[in-house]
Amino acid sequence: MEHQKTSKQLLGELLDKHYADALQAKADGKPVAWSTSIAPQELLETMGIHVVYPENHAAAIGARKHAQEFINHSEGKGYSVDICSYARVNLAYMDIQQCEAANIPLPDLIFCCNNICNTVIKWYENIARELNVPMIFFDLPFNHAYEVSDQNVRYIKAQILEAIIRLEEITGQKFDYDRFGEVMRISSETSLWWKNASLLACAKPSPLNGFELFNYMATIVCMRGTKEGLELFKLWHDELKEKSERGIGPWKDAEEKYRVMWDGIACWPYLGDTYKVLKKYGINMVTSTYPDSWYIVYDENDLDGMARAYSSNYVNRNLDFGTDNIVNIVKDFRLDGIIYHSNRSCKLMDFRQFEVQRRVEEATGVPSVIFDGDQTDPRAFSLAQFETRIQALVEMMEARKKEWGVS
Amino acid sequence: MITGAKEKGLYLGVDIGSSSSKAVVINQSGIICGEGIVNLGTGSKGPQISVEKALEQAGIKRADIKKCVVTGYGRLLYEGADKQITEISCHAKGVKFLWPTASTIIDIGGQDAKVIRVSPNGIVENFVMNEKCAAGTGRFLEVMARVLDCKIGALSGLAARGTPGVVISNTCTVFAESEVISQLASGKSLEDVALGAHKSIAQRIAGLCNRIGIADSVVMTGGVALNLNVVTAIETEIRHPIIRLADPQAMGALGAAIYAKEMDEENNTNR
Ligand code: SF4
Repeated sequence: MEHQKTSKQLLGELLDKHYADALQAKADGKPVAWSTSIAPQELLETMGIHVVYPENHAAAIGARKHAQEFINHSEGKGYSVDICSYARVNLAYMDIQQCEAANIPLPDLIFCCNNICNTVIKWYENIARELNVPMIFFDLPFNHAYEVSDQNVRYIKAQILEAIIRLEEITGQKFDYDRFGEVMRISSETSLWWKNASLLACAKPSPLNGFELFNYMATIVCMRGTKEGLELFKLWHDELKEKSERGIGPWKDAEEKYRVMWDGIACWPYLGDTYKVLKKYGINMVTSTYPDSWYIVYDENDLDGMARAYSSNYVNRNLDFGTDNIVNIVKDFRLDGIIYHSNRSCKLMDFRQFEVQRRVEEATGVPSVIFDGDQTDPRAFSLAQFETRIQALVEMMEARKKEWGVS
Repeated sequence: MITGAKEKGLYLGVDIGSSSSKAVVINQSGIICGEGIVNLGTGSKGPQISVEKALEQAGIKRADIKKCVVTGYGRLLYEGADKQITEISCHAKGVKFLWPTASTIIDIGGQDAKVIRVSPNGIVENFVMNEKCAAGTGRFLEVMARVLDCKIGALSGLAARGTPGVVISNTCTVFAESEVISQLASGKSLEDVALGAHKSIAQRIAGLCNRIGIADSVVMTGGVALNLNVVTAIETEIRHPIIRLADPQAMGALGAAIYAKEMDEENNTNR
C-alpha cells in the first residue's frame, strides 16, 4: 500500500511541479503568463495557460535570503528604494533570470489586477513594455463604501468578458465555457477549504502554527484553480482537524501561551528569526490577514459573484470594513494580542494601520504592537527592536491576564 | 541615603541603553539606597561600572542583593540578572511609583523615543516608538551638539537664548546635520539653530503623542529630559504641561528594581 503523503510533502511537490511545468511549457513554445496574486486566474486556467506569480516568486527569493542582490540590481537601474520590494526583486529577476529559488520563465502575457494596490499597475506595465508582451488589466476600484457596489460588480464583470475576448485573440483559441464552469467550481472549493483549514486555529490550543499559513499561502495563490490544489487543502484541513480533536497544540516542544494575529505580509528574509522570537515567549500567531485574502468564493457560472469576490478582499475595502474584519478575528480566534507589521514596501496596507490599530484597541481592548520591517528588503528590519516590541506585548498581555483575569 | 548592608531586602535594577547604563539599588520600602549612571552603553564596561557605583553608594556588596532585574537594549546580553523586562514596562513602573497619577510617559533615550500610555493601576495599555531611525532621539541631539560645537549639557541654555524661526525640516539625523550646517553657513546664529533643532525633535514627539493620545499627567523621562528647552518645546507642541522628575535617567533602572522587589514578594507569598 502506498504510504500516504502529508500535506507538507504534497505542498513541496506541488510547488516544485508548478515551477517545473511553467519552464517546460515555455520550452515547448506554449505561452506563459505572469499575474498579480489575487487575479481571476480562472480565465488562464480555462485556457490552459501556465501562470506564475512574481509576488510569490519574489517572496521565495526573499525567504532564501537572496533578495538583496536583486534589490541592488533594480536600484542600480534607477528604481527608487521607496518602490515595493517585490517589484524591485521581480524587475531585477527579469534581467538576471537566475536565482536560488526555482527559476521562472519570462512571460508572454501579463495579467494584472489592482485589487491589492496600484503599485502593480506601473510595475506590470513596465514588464509588458520592456518585454513587448500584451497586458490584460483588470481595474477593481477601491470600495469607498462598506460593501462592493453593484455598479462596481457590473464594471468588473464587463472587464472579465472583455479579457476572455482578448485571450481568444492572443492565443487564437476558443474559450471553453464548460471548462470555465468547472474551474470556477474548483477555485471556489479550494478557497473554501483554505478558509476552513485556517479556521481550525480558533480552537484552544490551536493545532495550527500560523507561520504555516505563510507557507501554504504560496499554493492558494498559484494552485487555486487546480484539482491538486483542492486536494492539498482538504488534506491539510483533515490533518489539522485530527490534531485539534486530539487536543494537540502548535508545537511538540512548547505550549501555546498567547494567541496573536499578524497583520500584513511576512518578513520573508527573517521568517525563521521572527518565528523563533514569538515561540520563545510562547506566542502562537494563530492567524493573519491571509486567510481572508484568498477566500474567493462564488457560485459556479456566476460571473457577478466572481466579480464581487475579486473585489472583496480586505485591502480593497474601506476603513470600517478593515476594522470590523480585525475585530471579528480577535473575537473568533480568541486573541490575546495583535502584531502589526508596518511594511515599508506596502504603502496601501500601512496607510491606515495606525487608525485601524486605534479603533481595534478601542473596540476590543486587546493590546498590540507595531514593528517596522519589509516583506523582502532585508535592510528595513532590526531583530533587537522587533524583540523589544514583542516582549513588551507579552508584558502587556500578561499584566492584562493578571489584572482582569482574562484568559 | 546610605542605609548599609544591615537591610534585609535589597534589590537591584539595571538599565542598559545604547549610550548609557543606569543602576539603582532599593530597599524593601522602595527607597533608593544607591545609584550609578555612566555614559557608556551596551557592549562596554558601562553596565558593570554603573552597578559597582550603585552598590558602593549603598555601601553593600553584590551578594547582598536579593533579586536583580535588567532592562534596556542590552538586557538580553546581560548575565547575572534574575529576569529581564523591557524598558517600556520598567519606565512605566518607575514613573508610576514616584508619580502615581502619571498616564502618559514620554521617554527619550539614546536611540529610542517612546510614548507610553499607562492605566490608573499601572498597566501599560499601549506604547509607540520611533521608527527604525534616530530622528527625535538623544542621538539626534548629540549630533546637533557636535555641529553646533557645544557640550550636550549646554544645548538647552544655548537654545533658550535663540529666537524662533529656523526650521529643521529633515527627520533623518544625517540630513538634518547638513541642513544645520547650511543654516549656519547662511548666517543663522547658533542659538537660533539650536532652538530650531529642539523644535524639530518636539514635533516628532508630538506626532507620537497624538498617535497614542495624551492623558493627564504627562511625565517625561530619559536622558533628554535633562534638556529643559526640549521639554518646553514639547510642552508647546503638545499643548500640555509636562512633569519632569528629579532623576529622569534613572526611571528605567528604578522600575527594574521595583520589579525585582515584587518578584521576591511574589515568591514569598507563593511559598
Ligand atoms: S506588497 Fe503591497 S505594494 Fe507590493 S505588490 Fe503587494 S500590495 Fe502592492
